[in-house]
Amino acid sequence: MMSTLLKQVKMKTSKWMAFLIVGGLVLSSCSSDDDNPAPVNEEEVITTLTVTLTPEGDGTVVTLQSRDLDGDGPNQPVITVSGPLAGNTTYNGRIVLLNETVSPPEDITEEVAEEADEHQFFFTTTGAILDVAYEDADGNGNPLGIEFSFSTLTAGPTTLTITLRHEPKKPNNGTLADAGGETDIAQTFNLLVQ
Amino acid sequence: MRSICAILCMVLLPSFSSGQQCTNTLRGVVIDFHDKTPLVGATIQVYGTNKVVLSDFNGEYKIEGLCNGVIEIEVSHPECNSQFITQEIQGDTFKRITLEHHLEELNEVKVIGDLNVDKTNSTQEASLKIETLERHSSGSLGDALKQISGVSALSTGSKIVKPVIQGLNGSRILILNNGVRMQDMEWGDEHAPNIDLNSAGSISVIKGAAALQYGGDAIGGVIVLDQASIPAKDSLYGKTLLNSATNGRGGNVTSELTKSYENGWFMKWQGSYKRFGDSEAPDYVLSNTGISEIGASLSFGKHLFKWGWDGYYSFFKANIGILRASHIGNIDDLINAINSQQPFVINDFTYAINPPRQDVTHHLGKLKYYRRFQGLGKWNVQYDYQLNQRLEYDIRIGDRRDRASLDLELTTHTLTTDFKIDAKSNYNINIGLLFRYQNNFANPDTGVRRLIPDYDKYDFGAFITGEYYVSSSLLLDAGFRYDFNRIDAKKFYQTSRWEERGYDMDFQNFVIDNLGNQLLTNPIFTYHNSSATAGLKYNLGVNSELRFNYALSQRAPNPSELFSDGLHHSAARIELGDLRIQNETSHKIALSLQRKSTNFGYALSPFINTINNFILLEPTGVEFTIRGAFPVWEYRQTNARLVGFDASIYSQWTQNWRSDHRFSLVKGKDMDLDAALINIPAANVNNSLTYYNRKWNDFRISLESLYVFRQNEFPNDITVVSPELNEEVLLKINTAPDAYHLMGIDSEMRFDLSPKNALTVGLVVNNVMNTKYREYLNRQRYFADDLGRNFLVRLKYNY
Repeated sequence: MMSTLLKQVKMKTSKWMAFLIVGGLVLSSCSSDDDNPAPVNEEEVITTLTVTLTPEGDGTVVTLQSRDLDGDGPNQPVITVSGPLAGNTTYNGRIVLLNETVSPPEDITEEVAEEADEHQFFFTTTGAILDVAYEDADGNGNPLGIEFSFSTLTAGPTTLTITLRHEPKKPNNGTLADAGGETDIAQTFNLLVQ
Repeated sequence: MRSICAILCMVLLPSFSSGQQCTNTLRGVVIDFHDKTPLVGATIQVYGTNKVVLSDFNGEYKIEGLCNGVIEIEVSHPECNSQFITQEIQGDTFKRITLEHHLEELNEVKVIGDLNVDKTNSTQEASLKIETLERHSSGSLGDALKQISGVSALSTGSKIVKPVIQGLNGSRILILNNGVRMQDMEWGDEHAPNIDLNSAGSISVIKGAAALQYGGDAIGGVIVLDQASIPAKDSLYGKTLLNSATNGRGGNVTSELTKSYENGWFMKWQGSYKRFGDSEAPDYVLSNTGISEIGASLSFGKHLFKWGWDGYYSFFKANIGILRASHIGNIDDLINAINSQQPFVINDFTYAINPPRQDVTHHLGKLKYYRRFQGLGKWNVQYDYQLNQRLEYDIRIGDRRDRASLDLELTTHTLTTDFKIDAKSNYNINIGLLFRYQNNFANPDTGVRRLIPDYDKYDFGAFITGEYYVSSSLLLDAGFRYDFNRIDAKKFYQTSRWEERGYDMDFQNFVIDNLGNQLLTNPIFTYHNSSATAGLKYNLGVNSELRFNYALSQRAPNPSELFSDGLHHSAARIELGDLRIQNETSHKIALSLQRKSTNFGYALSPFINTINNFILLEPTGVEFTIRGAFPVWEYRQTNARLVGFDASIYSQWTQNWRSDHRFSLVKGKDMDLDAALINIPAANVNNSLTYYNRKWNDFRISLESLYVFRQNEFPNDITVVSPELNEEVLLKINTAPDAYHLMGIDSEMRFDLSPKNALTVGLVVNNVMNTKYREYLNRQRYFADDLGRNFLVRLKYNY
């Protein structure tokens, strides 16, 4: 009885081994080849915010820039301000957003303009800048903010915070709290009016 | 060979000695190994003779006319393994024979009776019966499991629910779906098990790593979903369940049909469809929290006593909306969300499921063969295939609006085999092997850097477990398992991240290509894991037992813990894995004292789990980007200790009144920092009072109360600089919400329409008082209240 049993086991063992070998072949044939995966270049990252401030009449154009070439990587954005603002002057501002992780850089401003009803820039100031006025609007007549203007007072330090919100409440009372939505950009520039 | 000779001699001995004076009687009783009930109709044959008797109604037997000497008897029973016993006859002799049921046969009994098979002997275990599962048919696996004391859930809203066993979740919990270990990207906090609850016949929860046959890395525990087994007789039966609920204004339907034959063939089909719109909190609509889910399964095969095979295929697809208000832009949005206590998007109710949303699909196929070897044991071999696909859609602009931000495809092949030597009455041994290959493919077409990289993973495992019945009341068990894991990944790192992590110092040899701002790397890691368990079960009288178990288990880090890197848009956090993470080792000691009787029962289960190199994910600070600041969540390792206590008590006061009480508590401590661990469930107490009257169409109504204490032990909050406010603020990212109390009512009646057809009607009310609350383990607690009142009607038709 025991020997037939052992024989049974032995026979089964060979079948079992066969199964394992077949299984092993299945597994190894599934192994991926050595092709390397394709890199992904982030498409919707905004790496660069450039604000061109052109004074009405004569004067020097002031450029503000925040640039973060590694996107959500560990490096902080590099903020540059080309020079001081002139006092008692009206400036016309224009915002350009770029994705510089791709080559050539992608202009994100166009996408924002195309979906103007789902976006809005917000401007918060302290110090020697009078309130910022919107110089453009979306299809519904609500403010957008790619183009804007403000006037400076006599002199002193000032900050300009630019926030881009996606899907804010529109129309809103102009404050971030009322608008809600998600933040696509939030940058504060420390400026000097002289 | 010597032992075979010895056995042959023994077998032959009686025939040689038949010439002697043979008037002795062997008498005794045949009883079931586990519940000690007498076994009727067991065949007892003396080898080498034609003496055959059957055990009577009391399990008793008598064989007359035996000679003095040694005989071998074979005892067989339709539901048990045959057993060979060597017995010395010296005058009239008494022999008590214990037989062990086969698991399959026990499961069949379970369909008719109400017997739950324990998966292990010595560790803490609990199970849910089909009635409980049916009551949660419209929910998820995680919802149903919360009925077990010590099991809670880590959720993302109300639709994505991950089970937590005694404080641990994710990769520390192994889910076995019909014998197949689920490979469904369990590493993510917002990845729920891809299982249709309605496909299971019963669910067991093993609170620990003692079930080594399933895997050695179940530091948290094992969830075993079994199919109701199918009797070998000609029959056709089925059932349909229909649920309709007010909260979410939807419901589900599930149906199953089983055809079986006396010759062992069977086939079972099951399908479910679920659809809900936006859920509602007491004060507002939780916008974009709808779900649509399809589940289907087919099983077939032939089960005979000696051998059998079966095949199983299941399909699961869910499209799950994620609360719109939980999708935020940066840390200021998070500060605003926490302060405002009100979601920033509240729209009118809709069935539409928009981004952010998840679209997950799971295919599972399995083939299994078994064969029994008389007097030895049972051999199983199984191959299974799983394909898991996960698409996560974020809020995007332009032509990328309809493109997924995360697109992963996980393919797994597994071959397992085991041999259980169970022919002897006082011990059994199970040995087995596992081979697994897994491939993950992260589709680059998303236009978003991969959170989880492409990888190949190879696993090998071998185990041996054994049980030894020292006496009828004491059982010892022990086991050992070894697992080998090798992961071979190809991952792109941002050069700045690679350097910030210091990988350029430690892992520069992994770099295979330099693309300027990105590096292609090829990390290859191997892990060796050993796990072991030992325990005992001691019966204290008829209804009570004491279990003690020690389990050592080791778990290799999962791909998320190693490779996570990047901005999780849906969670507005930067998650960082660490290539330096090593496997974690757990030592768990669990004790369980149980009593089960008709009128009264309890289970008291304290445990202590010491985990070395415990891997955890927690907020550590912020990183600045042009979008503002983001909280950074980093994986790190520490030494942790979890101590806790689960208790449940029931009492059948009269024939009609019954009450059930459950309590569970777990305390998690980071031993290195002497601080609280993150995401440890709060203590909770659950009481229910049930009235049942059989005469009123099986009328049953129960009033349930759940009180969840406030979690007072959580890690410190972090201080962050708010760009909007231009100052440092305390971000209450770890602070736990207040305690809450929920009341519920569950009632049902059964109407027999014909001898074979029955209709069960149930009415359920959840959160009767429409209480506003937030749950600590709900990841959306920062953004919105939890679910409000819900009325649910349940119809079940058996045919």
